[in-house]
This record gives sequence, C-alpha cells and structure tokens, in this order.
Amino acid sequence: MTKKSDYMISRRGFVGGIVGLIGAIMSTVIGLPVVGYVVSPALKKGGREEWLTLAPASAAEPGVPTPFTFSRMKEVGWRRVRINRTVYAITNDGENVTVFSDACTHLSCKVHWDAERNAFVCPCHNGVFDKEGNVVSGPPPRPLDRFEAKIENDQLMILVEG
Amino acid sequence: MTTRVIDWLDERMGLLVVWNTIFDRKVPKVNWWYTLGSASLFLAIMQAVTGIFLTIYYIPTPEEAYSSVEYIMSDVAFGWLIRGMHHWGATLMVAIVFLHLLRVFYYGAYKYPREVTWVTGVFLFLVTMGLGFTGYLLPWNQRAYWATAVGSSIVGTVPVVGDFLLRVLRGGDDLTILTLSRFFGVHIWFLPGMLFILIGIHLYLVVRNGISNMPKSDE
Ligand code: HEM
Ligand code: FES
Repeated sequence: MTKKSDYMISRRGFVGGIVGLIGAIMSTVIGLPVVGYVVSPALKKGGREEWLTLAPASAAEPGVPTPFTFSRMKEVGWRRVRINRTVYAITNDGENVTVFSDACTHLSCKVHWDAERNAFVCPCHNGVFDKEGNVVSGPPPRPLDRFEAKIENDQLMILVEG
Repeated sequence: MTTRVIDWLDERMGLLVVWNTIFDRKVPKVNWWYTLGSASLFLAIMQAVTGIFLTIYYIPTPEEAYSSVEYIMSDVAFGWLIRGMHHWGATLMVAIVFLHLLRVFYYGAYKYPREVTWVTGVFLFLVTMGLGFTGYLLPWNQRAYWATAVGSSIVGTVPVVGDFLLRVLRGGDDLTILTLSRFFGVHIWFLPGMLFILIGIHLYLVVRNGISNMPKSDE
C-alpha cells in the first residue's frame, strides 16, 4: 500500500516550485519586451515604393552601363538622413532599360564598371559580373540586383523603396 | 605595523584564506606556454581600463565618432597612448587568447576534470572575437565602415532568417547611427559584462581543479 506521504509534496518543495514558477513568469513578462526592444528597428519595413526620375535617358550611352547617382531622404531611427546611391543603367535602344544596384551580391561592397575589362568589378574579393549583371567569376552567389526601371518621356526612372 | 593592520583586517574579513588559496596553491613544473592564460587576463584588464578612459571623449554618432577619435589622437595629452594601447591590445588579445586555446588543446588540458573550464574558455574566445568585431566599427572611418558592411553581411547568408538577423544586427537595412549605437552598447556593456563573468568562472575552475601536468611521451 502506498503511503499518503508518497503523493504529497513537501512544504519546501511546494515553496520552491512556486518561487520557480513566479520567477519564470516574471522573466517571461520582462524578457519578451526586452527582445522586442532589441529587434525593434529590424521590424520597421521601409514601406512605400515610389518612382524616381534619375536623368534624361539620353545620358545613358547605348550598350554601356552608365552610372547614375541619386540621393534621397530616409528615415533612420529618430532622424531623416540623406542616402546617396549609385546605380548602373544600360540600354541598347533607348526604350528598354536595365538598372543594376551597385551593391555586390557577395557581401555588399560597391562594384564599379571597368570599361577595359568590359565587366563590373568588386574590389573586395574580386567578384566579376558581365554587363547583364551575371556572375563571371569570384564568390558572388547571384547576379547583380535589378531595379524595376522604365523610360518615360525620355526620362529614366526607377522604382525605389522606403 | 603592516602585519598588525593585515591581521586586524583579516580577523574581520577572512580574506587571507582566499589569497592563499589562489596564490599559494601547488602547481606542477610547467613551461612558458602556461603563462598565456595570465597574459589573456592581463590584456582583458588592460582593455577594460583603457576602454573606460576612451569613453570620456569618444561619442558614438556618425557625426562625432570620427572627429572625437581624431581629437583623442592629436589633442588630448597621451590620447595617442590610451587609444594606441586599446587599439593594439585588441589585436594582441585575440592572438594571445587564441594561443592559450591552442596550448590547452595541444597539451590535452581540456580533459577530465577540466571540460567545463574548456567550455567557458570557448565562450571567452567567442566574446573576445565579438569585442574585436564591434570595436572595429567605432572609429567610423572608411575601413571601419566597410569592414562592418562586409562582416555583417555574412549574417545575411543564414538560410531563411538571414535577412531578419542582418537587420537586427544592423538595426535596419543599412549601417546608420542605429548600427553605431548598438555596436557601442554591445562593445562596452554586454560583451565586457559577459567577459568578466566568464573569466570569474574560468579562474574559479582553474584554481579549484589545479593546473594540469605536462603530458608525457609514454602516456
Ligand atoms: C579572456 C580569455 C581567457 C583568460 C583571461 C583565461 C585565463 C586563464 C588562466 C589565468 C589560466 C591558468 C593556466 C594557464 O595560463 O595556462 C587558464 C587555464 C585554462 N584555460 Fe583559459 N583563459 C582565457 C581563454 C581560454 C580559452 C579560449 C580556452 C579554450 C577554449 C581556455 C581554456 C582553459 C583551460 C582548459 C585551462 C586549464 C589548463 C590546465 O589546467 O592546464 N581558456 N585560463
Ligand atoms: S563583396 Fe564583392 S566579392 Fe566579396
């Protein structure tokens, strides 16, 4: 026959369990907001997209990637800062255009167009992309990112985010 | 006189036992490689002290960081010394801690009963690397900026959640004031806090388990 005391938890065990339980609840109640606090900036998505006019389309030399720089205001934490960016546009007919980001797809150094080698070259780990943005050699895992782009009224426009 | 003061204090504080346990303990006859742990400890303390002094002038914002470091280097008396010690000490500490790890590994000193010492050591190594990574950004010069841009991108290659982790690490998509301030916070509070807690456990275990003997060829 089992004794009554086999079922019962001791006073000490009970108090210990309660303290542990309260401790666990308190850590969760405080801990979860702390996680939110730390990851908070990562949860804010840039949001709205807009079409940005870069330059007259004629500024792009046919068949050769041409750099265009633009700057826009971006919300960073509690301030608005100016972000300068460079993109490369290439068009053959002055109507259809491809616009590449200059951020290397390996670890995001800035690539630049090397006319002699007829390629985009990344200074960091020798990533090389052809003029369609495809990887020729080096560590980059995928082609250069592209912006949605169009030519309207002879103006070169791209869709940017945030 | 001094012995009387010490006796008086010891009667009330009982610290001589602690002192003797730490410094009068038996150690086997070993070689210079066994000093690398103490060298790591020395460097950790030196980094803490010089780092605390740097915060008197350093300001972690994109506008001020670079100039405040320049000010420390060229205008503050002995600023070049304090910054230089912290700068070179950082590289030296990574090297020395790693050599200490290698020494423990090649001598097989991680075996029973010192497994936990080893595990705390691995975390000490990771924390040391983390200090190096977060500290590198703080001068906010071109090299710092691009090293961090590239280094943090590595996190983005994690499958599925990589993009999110990268945004958490940077505090957004790009390297901004949010990146600088969180790297600063991690560099001066989170990681040093962890470092010294881990060092405490590590050294307790070193004293409690004693130093291992040199391995012998016939074993
Ligand atoms: C900030 C970093 C560190 C500090 C301040 C530190 C400090 C020390 C000190 C003072 C000793 C005494 C014996 C000796 O110097 O060889 C020691 C021993 C030891 N350390 Fe570390 N250490 C650090 C990092 C590490 C790392 C990265 C590992 C390995 C993953 C490690 C594993 C060990 C082990 C297993 C012992 C015992 C060795 C023996 O008994 O022969 N430590 N540590
Ligand atoms: S970042 Fe471009 S090759 Fe590594």
